[in-house]
Amino acid sequence: MSERAAKVTPPDDEQDDDQITDSAAPDAATEDDSAAGDAETTPAPVTSGAEAVVRALENAGVEYAFGVQGGAIMPVYDALYDSDIRHVTMAHEQGAAHAADAYGIVSGEPGVCLATSGPGATNLVTGIADADMDSDPLLALTGQVSTDFVGNDAFQETDTTGVTTPITKDNTFASDSDRVGSDVSEAFALADAGRPGPTLVDLPKDVTNGETDCEPDAPAVPDTYRVQEQADPEIVAAAAERIENADRPAILLGGGVIKGEASEACREFAIEHEIPVITTMPGIGAFPEDHELSLEMAGMHGTGYANMAITHCDTLIGIGTRFDDRLTGGIETFAPDAELIHVDIDPAEISKNIHADYPLIGDAETVVEQLSEAVDASPEAKKWRAQCQQWKSDYSMAYDAPEDEPVQPEFVVEALDEATSDRAIVTTGVGQHQMWACQYWTYTEPRTWVSSHGLGTMGYGLPSAIGARLAADDDQEVVCIDGDGSFLMTLQGLSVAVRENLDITVAVLNNEYIGMVRQWQDAFFDGRHSASDYHWMPEFDKLAEAFGASGYRIDDYDDVAETIDAAIAYDGPSVIDVHIDPDANVYPMVPSGGDNGQFALTEDQL
Amino acid sequence: MKRGLDGPEPETRPTPAGRRNKQGIRIDPEVEVTHEPRRTAISALVEHEPGVLSDVSGLFSRRQFNIESLTVGPTENDDHARITIVVEEPDPGIDQVEKQLRKLVPVISVRELEPDAMRRELALIKVDAEQPGQVAAVADMYNAKTVDSSPETATIEVTGARQKIEAAIDTFSQFGIREISRTGTTALARGTDRTAASDSTGQSADEANYDGQYTETATDD
Repeated sequence: MSERAAKVTPPDDEQDDDQITDSAAPDAATEDDSAAGDAETTPAPVTSGAEAVVRALENAGVEYAFGVQGGAIMPVYDALYDSDIRHVTMAHEQGAAHAADAYGIVSGEPGVCLATSGPGATNLVTGIADADMDSDPLLALTGQVSTDFVGNDAFQETDTTGVTTPITKDNTFASDSDRVGSDVSEAFALADAGRPGPTLVDLPKDVTNGETDCEPDAPAVPDTYRVQEQADPEIVAAAAERIENADRPAILLGGGVIKGEASEACREFAIEHEIPVITTMPGIGAFPEDHELSLEMAGMHGTGYANMAITHCDTLIGIGTRFDDRLTGGIETFAPDAELIHVDIDPAEISKNIHADYPLIGDAETVVEQLSEAVDASPEAKKWRAQCQQWKSDYSMAYDAPEDEPVQPEFVVEALDEATSDRAIVTTGVGQHQMWACQYWTYTEPRTWVSSHGLGTMGYGLPSAIGARLAADDDQEVVCIDGDGSFLMTLQGLSVAVRENLDITVAVLNNEYIGMVRQWQDAFFDGRHSASDYHWMPEFDKLAEAFGASGYRIDDYDDVAETIDAAIAYDGPSVIDVHIDPDANVYPMVPSGGDNGQFALTEDQL
Repeated sequence: MKRGLDGPEPETRPTPAGRRNKQGIRIDPEVEVTHEPRRTAISALVEHEPGVLSDVSGLFSRRQFNIESLTVGPTENDDHARITIVVEEPDPGIDQVEKQLRKLVPVISVRELEPDAMRRELALIKVDAEQPGQVAAVADMYNAKTVDSSPETATIEVTGARQKIEAAIDTFSQFGIREISRTGTTALARGTDRTAASDSTGQSADEANYDGQYTETATDD
């Protein structure tokens, strides 16, 4: 277990204490702080498939599992009843998957989610697909009807492995009580190995109910899964020479840098050789945005200076990025003068979207260290760095916030940033608010940005805040910046946050629109706001109070600082309904498939 | 109230001279080279377990690889199966096919077969048998065998490279074809060359294959 996760102290919660006291393991309550699978206690031998499943999780050091009870998964829940693993009952399985996903992002260990068969499993699908697109480590355990009913369209049956094959790194239909524990161990190991991703084990009820005395194997990946750690030294040498001779070098840090724990190595490399640094959206936090070399995020809503730099560089060192189309814009105009040095642990990402001139397959941290060793002289790029600074001032991220206008969203994001510490964790839904949260919050640490990137899942914000809260250190604030439409999709999770008394601050940037769609309709559909006008939004502050959370509302600038302070100070879940300027749009913007260097600064330029 | 940000407008900004093609490769716009699709056979050794074929075929359909045929069958090792896939893709696409296949956990090894590899498929061709003598004569030409006959029909089994099968079908069509069933291509590398070794990792076909011997076979794809 990582240090970070081990520090988590479960919140003082009556319900939780009751559960532990009621449980069949009388020692459990006194051992609250000891890690699961501690050598001090010798656990009783397993007697059923379900106990083997839970033992596999305990062996893997799992502390939290997120899920919803149900018919086919009941044996596993029965075994969990006696375990020290804390199960967090969610209000919907989608939330369970997102919470586990965020837990994985913040802790670096695979998050675990559970659901029953049929609708339980299909409700997980969005969250699993989200984790797959973002390479987040996640283990999903799903109940299944008994094997003799499989294929008969039995009650609550779904071909879960069939449904999830395209969105998992690997999935398994457990068919044997003696093997099921090891299946779970292997799936846990696979979720975290190499390029992380979601794995799933489908658990038929007769397999989990079945008798067995087989203890699960230790978590290990199968022989056929091979990961290359070190890049080819010859290509490393060639890439190093290219870097030394670059006139206009730039480093592009993707989410793989954070997942590969390579942020520190990348920072040292960039700072030593004075190379400007750009991040992708999942790469936010890999490099401190308050550093002079930082150009922040590139892509569709990236900063103008990042997009100018990525377009004009002659050497691009891409690390742990898959060159998603939201980053590259049109392929033809992406870094068209640049030779690409591409570091990635997944060989399939090399030259998938952008041709790599120097393919460096391997673990990000290892390869960056190899590169550091190989690069003898820093590139002479003083003029280029000056140009990047010039772009920073030419295309500064500034906005007007006159006192008599409706509250501008950028101002709220900055105010939240100011009111919280540097290590505060931001989670978001998907939409305009997410882009403002990227642009106007200054990120300095890895694993403090938790968002849905590749799948773009509205509703990700609140459940991910729940998972992030449980993985975060006690002194780290967790702020969920959400949109009204996004929040409305999963706000039943408030019941969970209240029950678990999770200290989360949700700021809903409420413009009564599906704002990003509205922005596109304004730009590309003659302002025809088809189905994007959400003027029927509930009052989120009152709704929060109905759930038992603390509710706040912001209507004008006078309220902003004071209300934010109060909401953050509140020990428990709080929701601020922030009524922002309904017409505010996100700029800069590169239209879909456009040229990154030709980003629009206003609607007229689209 | 200002809408948007300050800064030089798009038209006033410098633009680099370079360009990339659709495959993300930097090109000289004057002499743009695009990759043309080519047909090739890829062989994958996989764990012989339920679901592996759907993993592979699902991968092909969701990534929109242009697939010609896919065959699967057991091997000398009971735990392994061999999948032979004929695809038609530009070079970068073939590269992706191999890499994406390798990512599947039950996949042991993958490689593109050399042009000299043996490729065979089997076809059953059911024709009208009004002229049984002539049908037998044509079957003889293709080393084919009559496996079923009735007063009205004859069913012929023919094996060989794709072109041979196509030529046979073409010739048999003079008798009136009732039904055809074809297996798709299966293939093995020639000589001592291993088609897909259990211990091979991400090795390219070029490295794995080239040992100086090359047999030209006109009948192969």
